[in-house]
Amino acid sequence: MRRHTISLLVENRFGVLARIAGLFSGRGFNIDSISVGEGAEPGTSRITILTQGDEMIVEQIIKQLNRVIDVLRVVDLTDHSFINRELALIKVNANQANRQEIVQISEIFRAKIVDISPKTLTIEATGNEDKIDAIMGMLRPFGLREVARTGRVALARDFKSKDAPSPEAPESVWEKERKEITADLA
Amino acid sequence: MELTGAEILTESLKREGVDLVFGYPGGVVIPLYDVLQRTPEIRHVLVRHEQGATHMADGYARATGKPGVVIASSGPGATNTVTGIATAYMDSIPMVVFTGQVPVHLIGNDAFQESDTVGITRPITKHNFLIKETEDVAQVIAEAFFIATTGRPGPVLIDLPKDVQVGTAKFEYPERPQIRGYKPNYDGHPGQIKKAAEMITAAKKPVLYVGGGAIISGAAEEIQQLAVKAAAPVTTTLMGLGAFPESHELSMKMLGMHGTWFANTAVMECDLLVNIGARFDDRVTGNLDEFSQNSKKIHIDIDPSSMNKNVIVDLPIVGDVKHVLKQLIPLVERADTEDWLKRINNWKQEHPLTYDSTDSVHEEGLNGRDDQPVETPKKLPLRAQYVLEKVGEATKGEAYVVTDVGQHQMWAAQWYGFNRPRTMITSGGLGTMGFGLPAGIGVQMAYPDADVVVITGDGSIQMNIQEMATAMACKLPLKIILLNNGFLGMVRQWQDLFYAKRYSAVDLKETNPDFVKLAEAFGAVGIRVFRDEDVEDALSEAMAINDRPVLMDFVIAEEDNVYPMIPAGAASHEMIEE
Repeated sequence: MRRHTISLLVENRFGVLARIAGLFSGRGFNIDSISVGEGAEPGTSRITILTQGDEMIVEQIIKQLNRVIDVLRVVDLTDHSFINRELALIKVNANQANRQEIVQISEIFRAKIVDISPKTLTIEATGNEDKIDAIMGMLRPFGLREVARTGRVALARDFKSKDAPSPEAPESVWEKERKEITADLA
Repeated sequence: MELTGAEILTESLKREGVDLVFGYPGGVVIPLYDVLQRTPEIRHVLVRHEQGATHMADGYARATGKPGVVIASSGPGATNTVTGIATAYMDSIPMVVFTGQVPVHLIGNDAFQESDTVGITRPITKHNFLIKETEDVAQVIAEAFFIATTGRPGPVLIDLPKDVQVGTAKFEYPERPQIRGYKPNYDGHPGQIKKAAEMITAAKKPVLYVGGGAIISGAAEEIQQLAVKAAAPVTTTLMGLGAFPESHELSMKMLGMHGTWFANTAVMECDLLVNIGARFDDRVTGNLDEFSQNSKKIHIDIDPSSMNKNVIVDLPIVGDVKHVLKQLIPLVERADTEDWLKRINNWKQEHPLTYDSTDSVHEEGLNGRDDQPVETPKKLPLRAQYVLEKVGEATKGEAYVVTDVGQHQMWAAQWYGFNRPRTMITSGGLGTMGFGLPAGIGVQMAYPDADVVVITGDGSIQMNIQEMATAMACKLPLKIILLNNGFLGMVRQWQDLFYAKRYSAVDLKETNPDFVKLAEAFGAVGIRVFRDEDVEDALSEAMAINDRPVLMDFVIAEEDNVYPMIPAGAASHEMIEE
């Protein structure tokens, strides 16, 4: 069982999301996360699905998605170089005593404070799932009031040379940030 | 000049060559029916239940290869079509279903006779549409027929709100619709085909395993060429019956759960299994871990998602069966299969399809009366297999055989003897009881002069018996062979074999209607047959009737089982023989 990131380009038509979601539920496939938005070309949407299964199941998922008439393209990004991001809005309990500490944690994660009230702070964090999980882990002790996560969005990289190291592989960004954060904390 | 949506629909049907539709009116399709009554080019068959309409369109499509067309109203009219659509979807049958819908501004308001028809039918159609503008009607219909009939065919549903039928737009019918996300591929990859030819030529023990895809693509001739050229024996699935003549010396008849001993054994022992338009269904493979373990496998299928779905194959070829075989046959050379064919012929002698002679139990239970049902017969002598052999003789093996689902279906598959494609019309994938009579009507509408034989059971026939009225209205000379054992026979067989004869909810005989009187009530002819010596006379009497349906109530042995049988999920060496 491996996690797979599947990127779909679909016609932006009535019911297309229901077709995709229904295909997964009807055939017993998993959806870990799904995100939908307008594509580059007008009239198209980009859907990114994070799913899991053995090779035979993932092969079936991709083939079944290809059968859907409104699906224009299906790519399994998993074995390619690709960029992935997730955005999270995190509303956390805050008071005068701990507000500064929360702001500090947000800064360490390069996250932004986007709303404030006497009893809460709302933080916008961007990154891959590990990073979002990490900041949520740090904030959880303060009391998470509400969280909204977009799920993974992803695009393949165009820089494909095998010899040259990828200039900005997604993991390395987080690795780099993690090192900086560790240094900051020290 | 602008046309109404309903007029655009009928004009579009004419452009698609549709001259026959099956339907049932209702509130929101009255505008469409108003146009239909003044469109003499399109004949409308009024059914008695919308499920009947879908099976009729399905039977018509299976027999002709042309798409069947259905019209139903919204809400209950639409939901009644669901079983028929799912039946067609499972067997890849081209069909276009028009359902009425409440006016656009009422959609979602729980309006009278509203249902979310596209939502309900999404997983059982190849594609479906809800039209919201009259100007889209022609384009959508063109796309629907294109999608339904190309690639791996299937049913397409169009939901038409009442106001879209009434509204007007300019009529322009698109030539050949371009759909960005739908580009079916017909030709196989030449490199793969070359490898396949090498594998077939090198095989010592090949088997061709032929499915419904061969019939859909019209490849019967190519199958025969390939089999003869490679000297390879052929077995077909239930859906593939007729793709290869069963009278041919290379035929091993049907494989699978109720297939022949020799076909299943050959699949188990072969060194090369060539799957031609089949899908490794669980009724064929049984236990996947033990299925044809020692063979290399080639799979030819137009649907890429059929590849490696159940069985990992060595060589997949995505393409239309006929196209691929035309590419493949010139590259194949005669394989050295003499020993293999000899072995198979020996198996055919040693393990033929068989049933007990009826002689020994002849008069038992008849009480000397043959004109009415017997009160307490323990075992009646008439055997379904015998009746079906006689049906085969009476129709010279050239009838369209339309079945329901159950024991009679398997016996028909085993005993009729299919030699031509599109002559076995049966619900294979979904296994829909109630399919037979309406599907038979669809076939007879397509071929009014052909012999159309509906083979059914006392359970199945009652699921859509109301369509007798449709058959009467159309004066169809259907021959309905009712194999009446007073049981839901297939379920009873499973309870007999796997549940220690604990029969549960399978006994019909106390409450079955008098089927002869029932036929007569519809105005049809009813004939009851108890004894084997009366079978031929009854059949010739029935064959002579040409203006109405004949229902022949064959009162057969109550607790007869279909053999051979491979229990569900078992391997072929666990086959039960009679």
